[in-house]
Parts: sequence; structure tokens; C-alpha cells
Amino acid sequence: MSKVRLTIDGIEREVEAGQDLLSASLGLGVDVPHFCWHAALGSVGACRLCAVRVHDGAEDTTGRIEMACMTPVAEGQRVELADPEAYEMRARVIEWLMVNHPHDCAVCEEGGACHLQDMTVATGHHRRRYRFTKRTHRNQDLGPLLTHEMNRCIACYRCTRFYRGYAGGRDLDVFGAHDRVYFGRYEDGPLESPFAGNLAEVCPTGVFNDKGWSETYARKWDMAATPVICTGCSVGCNLFAAERDGRVRRVQNRYHGAINGHFICDRGRFGTLHVTEDRLDAARVGGTAAPVAEATAAARAALAQGAVGLGSPRASLETNAALRHLVGPERFFAAVPEREARAVGRMAAWLATGRAASLKEMEQADAVLVLGADLTGVAPRAALALRQTARGAADALAAEKGVPAWLDNAARGAGEGRKTPIALVTPMPDALDDVATWALRRAPEEIAPLGRAVAAALGGAAADEEAAGIARALHGAERPLIVVGADGALVEAAGALAEALGDGARLALFPPEANSLGLALTGAGGLEGAVAALEAGQARTAVIAEADLFERAEAELVERLFAAAETVVALDSAETETIRRADIVLPVADWSEAAGTFVNHEGRAQRSFAAVPNGRSAGWRAIRDLCAAAPAWETLDDMLAAMAADLPQLAPARAAAPDAAHRLPLGQVARAPWRMSGRTAHDLAGRVPEGTPARDTDAPLAFSMEGAHGTDAPPALRTGYAVPGLHSASAAPRVTDGPRGPLKAGDPGAFVLQGVDAPARETASVPEDAATGAGLIPLALDDPFAGDELFRRAARLADRCPAPVVALHPEDAAARGLAAGMPVAVAGAAPVALTLDGDVPRGHVAASVGRVLPRGARAPVTVEAAS
Amino acid sequence: MKGILESLGRIGAKLATRKYTAGYPEVKPELPARYRARIVLTRDPDGQERCVACNLCAAACPVDCIDVVKGETDDGRWYPETFRINFARCIFCGFCEEACPTQAIQLTPDFETADYARESLVHDKADLLIAGQGKQKGYRYWSVAGKAIGGKDKGAAEDEAAPVDLKDLTP
Repeated sequence: MSKVRLTIDGIEREVEAGQDLLSASLGLGVDVPHFCWHAALGSVGACRLCAVRVHDGAEDTTGRIEMACMTPVAEGQRVELADPEAYEMRARVIEWLMVNHPHDCAVCEEGGACHLQDMTVATGHHRRRYRFTKRTHRNQDLGPLLTHEMNRCIACYRCTRFYRGYAGGRDLDVFGAHDRVYFGRYEDGPLESPFAGNLAEVCPTGVFNDKGWSETYARKWDMAATPVICTGCSVGCNLFAAERDGRVRRVQNRYHGAINGHFICDRGRFGTLHVTEDRLDAARVGGTAAPVAEATAAARAALAQGAVGLGSPRASLETNAALRHLVGPERFFAAVPEREARAVGRMAAWLATGRAASLKEMEQADAVLVLGADLTGVAPRAALALRQTARGAADALAAEKGVPAWLDNAARGAGEGRKTPIALVTPMPDALDDVATWALRRAPEEIAPLGRAVAAALGGAAADEEAAGIARALHGAERPLIVVGADGALVEAAGALAEALGDGARLALFPPEANSLGLALTGAGGLEGAVAALEAGQARTAVIAEADLFERAEAELVERLFAAAETVVALDSAETETIRRADIVLPVADWSEAAGTFVNHEGRAQRSFAAVPNGRSAGWRAIRDLCAAAPAWETLDDMLAAMAADLPQLAPARAAAPDAAHRLPLGQVARAPWRMSGRTAHDLAGRVPEGTPARDTDAPLAFSMEGAHGTDAPPALRTGYAVPGLHSASAAPRVTDGPRGPLKAGDPGAFVLQGVDAPARETASVPEDAATGAGLIPLALDDPFAGDELFRRAARLADRCPAPVVALHPEDAAARGLAAGMPVAVAGAAPVALTLDGDVPRGHVAASVGRVLPRGARAPVTVEAAS
Repeated sequence: MKGILESLGRIGAKLATRKYTAGYPEVKPELPARYRARIVLTRDPDGQERCVACNLCAAACPVDCIDVVKGETDDGRWYPETFRINFARCIFCGFCEEACPTQAIQLTPDFETADYARESLVHDKADLLIAGQGKQKGYRYWSVAGKAIGGKDKGAAEDEAAPVDLKDLTP
């Protein structure tokens, strides 16, 4: 990129050419007040707040007032932010914006973290001079996730620009006219988009806010934030978990340039709050509560009989490595069926070829083929990225005409609605159909053949019209992208396609869970191996670490394990079906109580830290206590060192974040902001000795306000943006390199896939469980609001989540004498009212993943009327 | 020498001034209404709690001795579920009173807050909330706030227009 030199308030600066003056200024740390501009949404010049005086060059002495967001940077430009006329204009603009703003800050959740407050203070407006009435609006009930307080709206249009333009939602819009415009739905009801929660951060004032946070409210300055990694899917979005009094109050997006950027999905934002629901707090032996020491001793005795370990795709690398150490590599298995373990292993092999695409790279692709995956259900944030991919072609056309992409409205017009070619091959209608060039419906078993046909067509073989069309689009692209989920045949097809496409091709492979890839890298085989070992008498005990087997494998297989194991030892953070059935139960930490490392879909190891002090013990610590000769794992760093020794391929994961001994000039990194209030009163209900803050031995983070804040900390340890004068999420552009670029100090995370030896490639004939026998072939229905057994417990997300679905093609239903609404049982699962849907392929039964059927199941199942 | 004589003179002159000793505690001092001592939470003219748990007093407190936890009634009113002041820490600076947007928290001239046990210096809402309006009469935050609460609909606050009719296209 070329550079231009310009002068801002008398100081000469050098910035990248081609950007707008506002982005450039914010990037330089010059706070130009702004309002409607959002780093991810670009410039529209609606609010008129970023007025500055711009002189074209040295000879232009008069200059003119311009909107910084709408002005491209140019060589020799002189910009005056402090110009009295520009200052006056900004002050008047804020005064107009505040004319109807209610006197609500004291009773507004946004107060203290509000962009409107920040900008009002920045421009000096403090007294309402307008003496006439304020316009008022009635609110809507927007469902269990978001509040709506329309009086506070200042009509910046950020919400509709995000919801409709960026996230592709349809049910939020602007109504009315003049200064009476109204942002809401056409009637009360929950917002449909699984990204609606972002409105709480996008809205620069208090119109939309997190309803759950409002219920357990604490001001932003009163909450200690911790950098954590979302465990809701394999994307691994970076989050801030804000805590007060030992309770996680709110989860917010934490900017990561290559992954989540400015937005996360509702599953991540609201589902992570499952931590208060259905907690497992006491150990049990044989169904009765027992002290942890007693349960540990009982488990040890059982382990002495020989044990298999079942690692979890949602547990941290450390917990899985500890379990592998406990039972030995030969007896360590994954708590998922063999088909999934193998598919994810093959994903790792393909990703190790250097073709992994981050979400950022997905957005930059210029032709995409999605095979089989319902991306919105499997990895919702990736679906949002794919929507931006779709816009790439329009931006490219606009750029040809000289319209930069940041000039949002103009670029949309100049782009003529051109769409990046996206082929979406799924069994059922998909939420992304509206951005797809080809929205093809194929039965699940026909998708891999289509992928192979496209690969063959790329090699010059004859193909049908659709495969040839897709092949042409991919072939003509510089950065083609193949997207698949955890399905063995599809992973191979995707790999074959990428090879046929050459070096520029990228793979976005989405395993089912937060640490599926990490578990696969330990080399664990599937659940079947554990069952076989137990049935053959090689082991008598099964240790299950943080996984509900019934969620992940067919009930029949799990029952065989429970029948074959003399003792089942289960560790988890919540009451699950597996915990209920286990003989010895040990409570362990959930994501909010312990640090851990997770490997996301692209092979990036990321560290999550404990958000609340004094939580339950981490999974690996509980497992350490089960070892006959307790290993010397005192801190997370000890555990990571042991893991690196046992599993050298995971050694790079140690670099995911600085170790616990890391110190900055100011010491540790403070979780709490400087202004944390009530320190000397809040734990004093009836007792005076003031406690010392809890210590965190697993992180260089302090449970207090003492230490480094904001950008003083390395990116993996940031507990807030901490930009003076900017207290809301709108401060993010100040810590990034360009509005959508990486964090200034580099995006956190460490790649673990480099140098991974690919497991032997099975030929194209990965067993495609042929549909044999009677019954219907299951078809997984993912839902962005569902998630795994833990996320589904989060009360507000559960309220928003649609009921479980079992759907049949009407003719299949008629053949079985079933009618819509009849309670039906699939493979003996709990009955669900039947839906008839002509979109379900014949011979298949579509059912909600996890709630009705385990994911990835292919063997035909019975569907019968429940009595 | 000159200095010593001057000092003696000044001290000697005190013999002629009026005695200043107050007969406390038998005689209570008369303190101005704006004297900063015991902190109370007041009620609005309708007898409703003024505090809306906005937390500004806690944020302004230089010794962090105020802890407020927000609660919300079914009709939308915010109130402090917990309001706790640790008087063992309080320095009576009055910043909380200055910060309060609803005139709920007020300092009063009652300075007799000493106690024998530190525990009893931790005052909760029940100890702080008084029946009256304190020294700020007549102010009712909810009648100027835009949020609707039970008994005050949208558009019913001071200086508010009736809620907008969205179907109206007239200029």
C-alpha cells in the first residue's frame, strides 16, 4: 500500500492511502468525534459529527468544513480538528442529537459505557437549551435477549445498517418519517437473526441492550473483565466475560482481527451464561453426595482396575492431556463416535497443508463452495463472515469505478448488487440462500459425489451443468474457498477440490466443537475403541472428562459402554445425563472458572482465563488428583509443560498466551477497571475483616484493579480497550491497525498445525455409511440458538431457542401413517411433535442435533408414533 | 526578645476573651444544614425511594465505601436492592451527594456516628433510608426521566410530547 503525508492539527503524519480521514485519524490516536461511523459498517456521513476543517495543500488557506468519514486522505492535506468553526459545528450537532434524548442516563444500562455520552462530553455540550417538548416512542418486546427503549434513539441508523446490511436480517427496520423515525420490528416479537445480540454493542446509545445483563446489572466500571474464548462452536471467538461478586454478568465481543472482528453470535453472547444453571457442585459416589476427597479415593480405587479415558471436544487441551496421561495413550479415546474422530483427524491433516482459512480470509474469498454444512447452525459467526464474502464482488466492481469500499452507500450502489459466486449445497433450505449464487438441494449422501464431480470437472472431466458452473467459478477465482463440516466424505471431497484448485485455494473446515481439533491432535480414536476395550475386559473403568456421551453418540453405543464398564467416573460442571448415570461424579470448573487452551477450526490455539475467582477446580487438576503417583502439576504452566512433553505436536499451544509469571512494568494485568466501586463495602454484609483479592496462579492476571490496563497488556491478556474518553465498544478502532485490521500488537493465538504429520490418507472411499436396512436416514438440523448440552441450559438462550424438530417428507409420513403434530419418537428418543416439510429429502428424517439425535449419525433410524 | 514579648502579649490577651468551651454532649451544637455528616437516602414527594441505583455515588466515592446493587420492579422502576455504606471508611467528603442525579443521597448534620464495633459501622439500606425528602424538597426524578414506569406512561413526563404515531406522514 502506498502512503500519503498529511498534517493533522499541525503535526505531520504518514498514513496508508485509500482510507477515509476518520479511520486514519482514529488509527493515529487522534480522537475525531464520530457517531454514525462504525469500523465494520463504513461511512455514510449521516450524523455530521466528524466535521473538521480540511485544507487541500499549503496554498489553500481558507479550507472548508468536511465530514472526516466521507473525505479520503490525500497527499499534502492539512486537517484542523481544533478549528473553532469545526468545533462549533460539532458542538451544535451533538446539541441537536440531544434535543429529544431523555434524561435517562441514571436508569440506562448503557450509562458509563455509552458512545453518545462520550461524544457529548467530547464536544462540551452539557445543558439543554431547547425549551420545547421531547418526542417519545413506545417500546417493543424484542424477546428474551434484548431490551428496547426507543426514546433514547438518535437515529444514527447503525442498527439497521448492521442488522440488514451486514447480518442479512429482515425483521428489523426503520419506520415513520422525519424526526419521528422508529427502529424496530413491524410488531412485537423476538428478533430473528442469530446476530441480533450485537445490536447491544452496535447501538451507540441505550436503545438496544442485553436483557440478561440488565437483570443482573452492574455498571461497566464495576465489573472485572477477563479475556475468554467462546466454547460454543469451533470458531473460537474472543470474548470479554465481565464479572462482579463472583458472577458473570455479561459477555461481550473482544476484537480479534482474524476471527470475530467486531461481532459475535447470540449463542456466544447469551449461551455462555449457562454457568449459573444446573451446576454440579458436589461430588457423588454411587448416587449419594460425598466429599471430593472420598470420591477421588473411590475413583482411584476404580482406576487401579484398569481404565479407559474419554476426552472431550469441549474440554481444554490441558484436561484432555491430563486424562491421556492418567490412562495412557493406548487407552485414551475421544467421547465421540469413530466417524467423527476420524473426520476431524482428516480435517487436521488437510489444514496442516497450510490451507486453513480464518474468518477474515473467508471474507476475502472470491468464490466459495459450501458442501453440506448448515453454517449458520454449526458455526454461526462463520455464516456472518460468508455474508461479507458475498459482498466482495460488489466492492470490487465499485473499486473499479473508483468508489472505495468504506464509502458504504456509494459502494453498494456502484457495486450494482453483484455477488461473489457462492455455491451452497445443503440438504435443506439454508439461512444463507439469499447470498448464494447456486443454492442447491441434495440429499446428504449426494453431496460428496457432487463435490467430487466438481473436482473432476476442474481436472477437465465432463460434468453436469451445475457442477461445471461451480467448477468454472472456482477455477476463475484467485482465492477460492471450500467450506465443509465434520463429515468424513465431505472433508475428503473438500481436500480433493483444494488440491485441484492449486495453491490459492483455502479450506474452511468446521469441526463440531470448541476443541474438537485439539482433541483430534492428541490422536484419540473414537468411542467405539473404548467400548471394545471395556467389552474385551482390557479395562474395567471408564473416566469421562467433561462430555455428555448421549449428546455425541448413539444411545445404543453409550449403553454398551455403561453396560461394559464396572465403574464409570465422570467429571463435569453441570448435571448431564452422563453425570446422572455415572457411579462416581466429580465437579470440575466450567469455562468461567478455569484457564484452558482451545484449538479452533483453523488450528489456532487460544487461551481462555478464569473469569471468576475461587471457582471449582479445573478438570486437569481433578484428574491430577486421580493419578496414583500425583504428577507435579501445580499451575497451568506445569500442565502445559507436561503436555508439550507428552504431545510434542501441541507444544506450540504454550505460546497461545504469556505464562503466569509474565510481568509488565506495572505488574500483572488488572481485570478490574480503575474505577471499580464499593471495594471497601461490598463484601461487608455483617463482617468487617476486608479480604485480600483472590490470586490466580494460572494467569498473569490480577483479580483487582492493580496492574496494567488496556493496550499496555499483550493482546492475549487484554481485559478491556481502556481508551481514555471512549468507554463503549466503539473504542475498538483505536486499538486496531485499520478499522478491520489486526490488533496493533498482533492478533493473539498460536498455530499448532504446522508440521503435523498427516494421518494416512484414506482413498476417496471413506466409508460412506451406506443406507442399508429399514428406517429413515437421519439428517442433522443445527440451530444457531441451540448449541451443546451446556449452552442449551442458558435460560435466556433457551427461551429464544425453537423447540426441537422432527420433520419428514409428507409422502414418507403418509407411508408410515404419521400426520403433522403427532408425537413421534426417533430411535427411541423422547417424543417430539412431527412436522411435515416438503423440503426434507425422501427417505430421510430431519431432526434437531443433540436434542433428538446425536450429530453426524448416518445409520437408518426408526421413526414411530409415540404412545 | 521582641518575639517572646509579642507572644506573651498575645496569649495574655486571651485571658480577656469569652470562654469558648461548649457543654457537649449536654448542649448540642447547632450545625448548618449543609454540614457534612451522617448520610441518608431520601424519598421523593410521593414517598417513593429516590435512589435509582445508578451507582454514580459509588463511582464518585474516593474511598470506595459505597456498594449499590441495582434491582428493578415489575413496573420498570430501578431501585437499590442493596445500598451499603461502610462508615468506618467514609470520609464525609460529600462527593456522593454532588454526584447523585436524583438527590437521593444527602449528608446531614448528624455527626454522632461513632460506635464500639466496626461491624455496626456498615450501614445497609434499612439504616440509611429515611421517611422524608431531606433538604432537597420537591424533586422527583421519575417525572423528568424518559423511561416509563407504573403510573407514568411514555409522554407523561415533564416536557414530553405524546408518543409518536408511526403511521403519521404529515410534516
